[in-house]
Parts: sequence; structure tokens; C-alpha cells
Amino acid sequence: MDLILVNLIDGLVTGLLLFMLSAGLTLIFSMMGVLNFAHASFYMLGAYFAYSISLALGFWMGLLIAPLIVGVAGAMVERYGLRRVHQYGHVPELIFTFGLALLIEELVQFIWGKNQMPYDVPDILNFTAFAISGNSIPAYKIFMIFISVGIFIGLLYVLTKTRVGMIIQAALSYPRTVEALGHNVPLIFMGVFGVGTALAGVAGVIAGPVLGTFPGMAFVLGSIVFVTIVIGGLGSLWGALVASLLIGWITTFAKSYNIEMESILNGIGIATPENMDDNMFRDFWSLTSPQIADILPYILMVLILIFRPAGLFGKRTQ
Amino acid sequence: MNEQLKTDPTKPAQRMRAGGMTLSLAPWIIAAVAMMALPMIFTNNSALTIMNQMSITIIFALAYNMLLGQGGMLSFGHAVYAGVGGFFCMHLMNMSDFFATIPLPILPLFGGLFGMGLALIVGSFSTRSAGTVFAMISLGVGELIAASSVIVVAFFGGEEGISGDRTYAQPFFGVEFLQQIEVYYLTAAWVIISAALMYLWSRTPVGRMANAVRDNPERAEFLGYSARWVRYYSFVASGFFAGVSGGLFAINYEILTEENLNAASSGIILLVTFLGGVGFFFGPIIGAVVFTLVQTVLSLQTELWAFYAGCLFVATVMFFPGGLAGLIMMHVPAVKLGKWKLLIMPYIKTLIPAAIGILGLCALVEMTFHYRHGATGDNEMTLFWTTFDSHTLMPWLIAAAVTVIGIGIARMTAPSLKEAWDEANTMGGAS
Repeated sequence: MDLILVNLIDGLVTGLLLFMLSAGLTLIFSMMGVLNFAHASFYMLGAYFAYSISLALGFWMGLLIAPLIVGVAGAMVERYGLRRVHQYGHVPELIFTFGLALLIEELVQFIWGKNQMPYDVPDILNFTAFAISGNSIPAYKIFMIFISVGIFIGLLYVLTKTRVGMIIQAALSYPRTVEALGHNVPLIFMGVFGVGTALAGVAGVIAGPVLGTFPGMAFVLGSIVFVTIVIGGLGSLWGALVASLLIGWITTFAKSYNIEMESILNGIGIATPENMDDNMFRDFWSLTSPQIADILPYILMVLILIFRPAGLFGKRTQ
Repeated sequence: MNEQLKTDPTKPAQRMRAGGMTLSLAPWIIAAVAMMALPMIFTNNSALTIMNQMSITIIFALAYNMLLGQGGMLSFGHAVYAGVGGFFCMHLMNMSDFFATIPLPILPLFGGLFGMGLALIVGSFSTRSAGTVFAMISLGVGELIAASSVIVVAFFGGEEGISGDRTYAQPFFGVEFLQQIEVYYLTAAWVIISAALMYLWSRTPVGRMANAVRDNPERAEFLGYSARWVRYYSFVASGFFAGVSGGLFAINYEILTEENLNAASSGIILLVTFLGGVGFFFGPIIGAVVFTLVQTVLSLQTELWAFYAGCLFVATVMFFPGGLAGLIMMHVPAVKLGKWKLLIMPYIKTLIPAAIGILGLCALVEMTFHYRHGATGDNEMTLFWTTFDSHTLMPWLIAAAVTVIGIGIARMTAPSLKEAWDEANTMGGAS
């Protein structure tokens, strides 16, 4: 029971982190109809910028400034890159962001080198918040939860309650009408892209110290973020939240409970074959849940795409 | 005039004009002769290795372009079909009894069939729609299979992969494929055959419908064709040729690992194909040749080759979405009008300074990299056959001056190039 609680907290942290990335990505998708492959690269840039700033000004200034820089960089990418490629159609846009992701990874290696950066949890948060029957929960995890929840509430408030949010929502569905009413729609698009990438930057700043700041960090998280928004339904903020938490919990639980395929198969009445060494399916029989924890999201995504292509919360297009 | 009315309107289009099945022979003969002659010019073993690598990439890129260029399907996991085909060939190589009864040259066929089998299964659900959904399913399936390569040790051999020995096959007219050159000719023959088959495929009604479905699936459906089945056929055929390239990889390197399946390989083939140009059949061939050269030759010169390749790729997407092939084909109208000579001088005036400026920029990048990451105390670096101290001011000034002047001249002469370009592409006038 105690272990369940610990895993719930761990899964929540992972899920909320994923959500910070997928929220921006799904907003950008519903706005421009393009999946931004470079989104996780902005997350990585956030971590690296924050590390460099924290060397000079400390962690908190990093948390404040790095997302701003990332957001501006994202807005520039939209203004001078994506808007140019937009005229060629969706596939070149997707390929452009893919190339950008490659380029940013190389750029990071060029500037900071290939090694992991010693970017650590600030001293003020480096203590144990509380312990559940011997499993200590670091204060930094609680801090991460609070930041992510705060951002989610802020985002929801801005999008649904303020005038800016209403214009954005209108621009998502009827860009031409909004433009006719005198709003600068390209500017709105650029702004949303900037905010989305800045959110990814925040995620990078707070994830860098725990998950490690290294050139492969975008690659590790990149495809999982896609999986998240596809499962949640492209363009749906609530879907992104639910899917993020779902993936966070599934992977955490699969990793901490060692469930063996053999016991599942025996449980449903299939006997273990006698000589395992010659059996074609020997690898299948010896599967354990920690082994497949990392590919569970992909299995989930493929199943969702086959049976419910619009995702959990997506609107049916056809 | 009334002839059209006689066709039965209740039936789908009864006859379609797909370009003739005839093959204009000249380019193929030139290609075949060139491939025969190349090993006589570049005789050393490393050149042969590069050319083998190139040939394998050509088949793979052409297969990929059946999806991306001809079918409009963007796949992020196509390395899986090549890799799985290769793994299957490797297992065949290790079944010594069976392997001793087949000649080596037909081994890639088995790889192709296995890749096609996998494509038959995956395609049955992934080709339901094109665009983003297809891209995402291909990504998911790709990641799944790449990840299971570490889990399913019986087939994929875990982290160290599986290896075999190609020489145990039945001798093919006395050739046992012990030497690199023999493997080269085997690969070359497969390149010509596969490329010709893929070209012919693009001329069949199915190939033509793939283009129609790419451009306007709805209209193709109204004409009575199922967009889904057309996509499915393209996907399966592409899986076959990807598997062939995997089989050739197995013959060439005699080892396959997880690296042949993972997302990085899938990404590279997208890069190669797009760089070459998706709009033309020969685009991926150019892309494969250029990319393999960049990969092998440039990576010997600089650690930063991947950075340059990334820059090249992003620049291609942004400024020349037709790729290198598109760039070449842009000149066809000027050649047809007989005015291409007008372009030579402006090109020299603009492109040479631009190239020098870009080289200067590269020098700056290299120096920055050396300055930041070079071992402490090791201030010497060699660039463009000159050795200097990267911690002194002089080389920086020279490189910066070269960059600014080169790009400055290119910018100055660019308007006259534009004028010449417009002139060369306009009909009439003084030639």
C-alpha cells in the first residue's frame, strides 16, 4: 500500500512533466496543424540555458530567464522558418521541424560538448520532504508538482477566462474571421508558438537537474511526447493532461512491480512449455514488465490509432 | 466525338492512360556501364566499401521515395523493414544446410519477401489514412520493433546483434564472394534491377494512382479507386525493396545490430531522400550518393560533419523543397530555350564567392569548436592544409574577412544573377 503511494507520486511527477511538454505541443498543433518535432529540443535548450545562467546568477534566475530565451527562440523559428515552409504544405513542415530537431541536437553538442552537464538541484530544495515507510520523497519532486500544476491552472485561466485567450481560441477555429475583425493572426500564431516552446523550456529547466542535462535528453523524451498527444487526441488540452498522467503512471508501475509474462500466461491457463531453450517463444515467456515499461506507451498509441484514431478526447474528423 | 458517351457510366474508369511501359533505355545503359567501370577507376578497398554503402542506400532511398515522393506518405520508421529483411537474411546465412543450396545473389530476394511480409501486416492498419496518422503509426511501430530488438534475443540477437558468413553459400558460377569486388558487382546488379523495377512500378496504373491519391485522395475515390488499397500496394512494394536493401546490407557487412532498426536510421533515410529531392524518380539516387560521400569523406575531415549535414538539410527544406533533383530540373526550361549559356557567367560571379564565404564561415565554426573543446595546451589546429594557433587573433580576422567579403560579393552579384535567370527563362528576345 505504501509502495503504491510512492509510485503514485513518482508517476504524477513524470506525468506532469510530460504534460508541460505536451500542452505546448498540442496547442501548437491545434493552431497550425503541424506536429512540431523539435518541441523536445526546446525542452533541452531550456535545460542547457538554465544551466549556463545558473552558473552566473543561480538557479532561480535560470528558472525565470531561460524559458524567456527559449520562447523568443521559438517565436523566431516560427517567424523566419516555419512560416516560410508553410507555403509548401504539411509534409515539408513536418520534415522541417524534424531537421530542426537534428540541428539543435548538433548545436548543443557543438556549444556544450557531449558530456552530461553538472546541473544540480539547488541547495535550498535539496532535502527530504517526507518519508513514506522508508521511501523518502525529495522536496524537489514536490516543487516540480507545484510548478506544473500552477502552470496548468494559469494556462487554463488565460485560455478560457481572458480576452487574449478568447481571441486565441477563436483564431484556432476561424482564423480568417478573426483577421477580418482586425486582429493580427500571424502575430497570434507566433505568440502561441513562443509560449508553447517557453513551456517546454520551463519543463527543461526543472527536469534538467533530475533527469540529467545531456545532448540525448531531447531524443529520450521527444517521441514519448508525441505519443502522449496522439493518445490524448490531437489538439485537446484535457486529453494531453489525461494521457500524460496515464503514461506517467503506467510506466512507473510497470517498472516497480516485476510482473512476469509466465505468471500471466499460467494464470489464464497456458502451461509453461517443458524445454524452454528450444522454444521459439522463449523470449516471449521470459518477458517482465520492467523490460517492456518503456515501450508500453507505443503499444498503447498503436492500439489507440487503430481502434480510435481521433484519440481519447479528440474530435472525430470524419 | 460521341465516343466518350459510349463508355458505361456506372462502372469506374475502364481504361487509364498510364505512361507506356517502355523504358527509355539510354540512362539505364549509361548507369550500368558507369557502375561496371567505377571499380576500375577507384580500385582501393575503401572506395569499394563506400560504393557498396552508396548502392545499398540508393535502393533504400528509392524504396522510401515510393512512399514519400510518389505516395505522399511520410514514414518515421522505415528502417524497420530494411532491418528486419536483413536480420532474416542473416538467419538464412546461419542455417548452413539450407544456405548451402542457394546461390548468394538471390539471398536479398528472401530479405525482400520478409520485409514485404512485415509491410503486409503493418500496412493493413497503418495505410488507412495518410498524413499525420500514418506518420505517427509508423513512428510507433518503428519504436516498438526497435525496442523489441533488445528483448527478443532469439531473432534480433540482443545488443550485440547477429553475424554470419556469406561464403558458405552455393558458389555462383564458381564465384564464392570472398572478395569485396565480387560483392560490389552483386550489389551493383541488384541496384540496377531494383531501380528499373521501381521505375517500371511508377509507370504502372498502380504507380500512377499512387500519385493521384497523394495529390487528391477524395477525387481518386470518386473515380472509383480505393485510396486505402492504393496506399497499401505502394507500402507493400516499398517494404519489399527496403527488405532487399537490408539483405544486401547483410551480405556486405555480415552483421546486423539494433542500429539497423532504430529511429536514427529511419531519420537518416528521410534526410537522404529529401536532400536528393522527392519530386523526381532519380532524386533519391542523387541524395544517396551525396549523403554517403558527405558521411564518409567529410567525417574523416571534421568531427562536425553531422552539424553541417543538419544545416544542409534545414536549408534544403526551407529554400529548395525540390531538393537537389529539383535544383537540376529547374534548368530544363533554360536549356530547352537554348539560353542556358546566359547563366554561366552570373553563376560563376555569384556562386564562387558564396562558396568561399561559406568555407570561411565553416573555418570560423571549426575554430570556435577547437577553441572551446580542444585539449588544454593544444592550441595548434590544422585547417585547409594550414596549421596555426587557434588562440591568437590573426586567423580569426582572416577567416572573418574571407567570410564577409565572400558573402558580400555574392550578395552584390545576386541581382544580376536574378536578371540573367529571368532572361534565360523568357521566350524570344536576343539569344
